[in-house]
Amino acid sequence: MTNALALIGLTPDGTVPPAAAALLAGAARLGTPVAVVVTGGALDEPTISALGASGARQVLHYTADDLAESLLTPVVDALAAAVESAQPSAVLLENVIDGREVAGRLAVRLGSGMVVDIVDIRDQDGLPVATTSVLGGAYTVESVTDGGPLIATVRQGAIEGTAAAVTAEVISAALPPSAMPSAVVESSNDAQVTSGRPELRAATRVVSGGRGLQSKENFVLVEQLADALGAAVGASRAAVDAGYVPQSAQVGQTGVTVSPQLYVALGISGAIQHRAGMQTAKTIVAINRDPDAPIFDIADFGIVGDVFTVVPQIIEKIGTAAR
Amino acid sequence: MKIVVLIKQVPDTYGERRLDTTSGRIDRSIDPVIDEITERAIEVALTEKDRSDAEVVLLTMGPASAVEMLRRGLAIGADRAVHVLDDALAGSDMLRTSAVLAAALRREGFDLVITGNESTDGRGGSMAAMLSEQLSVPHATYLNAVEITPQSVGGERAGERGTRVIRATLPAVISITERNPEARFPSFKGSMRAKKKPLETLSASDLASGLPASRSRILTATARPARTAGRKVIDDGSAAGELVDYLTSSHLI
Repeated sequence: MTNALALIGLTPDGTVPPAAAALLAGAARLGTPVAVVVTGGALDEPTISALGASGARQVLHYTADDLAESLLTPVVDALAAAVESAQPSAVLLENVIDGREVAGRLAVRLGSGMVVDIVDIRDQDGLPVATTSVLGGAYTVESVTDGGPLIATVRQGAIEGTAAAVTAEVISAALPPSAMPSAVVESSNDAQVTSGRPELRAATRVVSGGRGLQSKENFVLVEQLADALGAAVGASRAAVDAGYVPQSAQVGQTGVTVSPQLYVALGISGAIQHRAGMQTAKTIVAINRDPDAPIFDIADFGIVGDVFTVVPQIIEKIGTAAR
Repeated sequence: MKIVVLIKQVPDTYGERRLDTTSGRIDRSIDPVIDEITERAIEVALTEKDRSDAEVVLLTMGPASAVEMLRRGLAIGADRAVHVLDDALAGSDMLRTSAVLAAALRREGFDLVITGNESTDGRGGSMAAMLSEQLSVPHATYLNAVEITPQSVGGERAGERGTRVIRATLPAVISITERNPEARFPSFKGSMRAKKKPLETLSASDLASGLPASRSRILTATARPARTAGRKVIDDGSAAGELVDYLTSSHLI
């Protein structure tokens, strides 16, 4: 059986991130799932077991002295070496900034085709077929690559299921110094986990607020409903531009694309740019004062009303329903 | 210093964008506009030009209509423009596009290449990194702010898990995020002067022989059924209750 590689970026404290399971599940649909891990030092036993538990039959582990200082180059070098040794049908990476850039560089180096932000993957007679949802979810496209492995970045939360847990076999190698020049990382500022809320991209429920919230103080209402539903907090560009929330919360064309089970839009008119980032949600609920707001055209349940009146009532009733 | 800015024409995100479901290609005839992020990229270059008298060259690969964006860029202060225009390049995948742009950049020569981090149509978000690999120069990408010195370029790099301060020695390729300032507006004088500035058109054969073929191929493209409006209630005091009942019966809470 052919191999399929999954690049697993460990968390800053060296553990296997939740995204690993989905990447390895995707790889398992195509062949033998092989995890590629790049570190500065040794790989400890708990990490190896965690990779096996997520489905990695083999771990190709590369060490690079300059991993922290050289922007992405050691990771591209490691993946190129892994492709050389495993001859995979596909290489799967997370659809994050680093993942997309590593994928692009690897595609150039191998002369291989790449597909970004895939939402599904399947095997068709030994050929990996990747599905993307493009132009704001308006079209579904299936792609393949000719010659060389398919290089694909996978949208978080898109691939369902898990690979069977196994005991991972580890092969370690040290990377030689790169032939490619790199930007230098002078300092890092890790995002602080400031709340117990789910991460926006991966959340199964999202509550977003727009300009209708009117102020940064009032935006707390969005957070309160999010907490009542166990949801992540999002926002429209208007709310971000008005300074109610940081840009990282922006859902839409120029922000994050989400596909949750439930999306609640509070005081969001539903400009096409916002819809581009959320219209693949399973269920959409909208609350807005303006009965003609375009968000109602795509909402499964719309309430024409005042968010400041309706939302506190919803929070109270969810509390009652839970009891 | 010679700065080349990559600009891209995209379908306006305010319009209804369409994909040809036979070819899988984006319909580029509908509401073509300059991608806003690439306008910001021009602004970064012009800011440097204001400060240090750099030469600013615009480069695009795209259909004939893209010439209007180049004129606009010249009107706000760029010195020259290069348009790679060839029907044979339509529908190129990212790999082929990166090879074409790299060939044009090699022909032009550069100290610094500036791109937007991600276009609003393809949203690949990796062209700058691909160019760095094609050209064997470092990439300092996803910059929220750009600092250019005679020898290097750097700044804060955006990221899902935090930011990093990065720096690359020139020549280099950078990409910028929406955090960078909006582009300036053309003046009447600037628009008049733009008409006399050099605008060169190149075909694929002017660039390089042996450009790679596209490696990714579209099997199927289908329009997603349009979402339709569901229930819409006007709040009379009971809407919150109805919504919670709806969410409960749909097993969403």
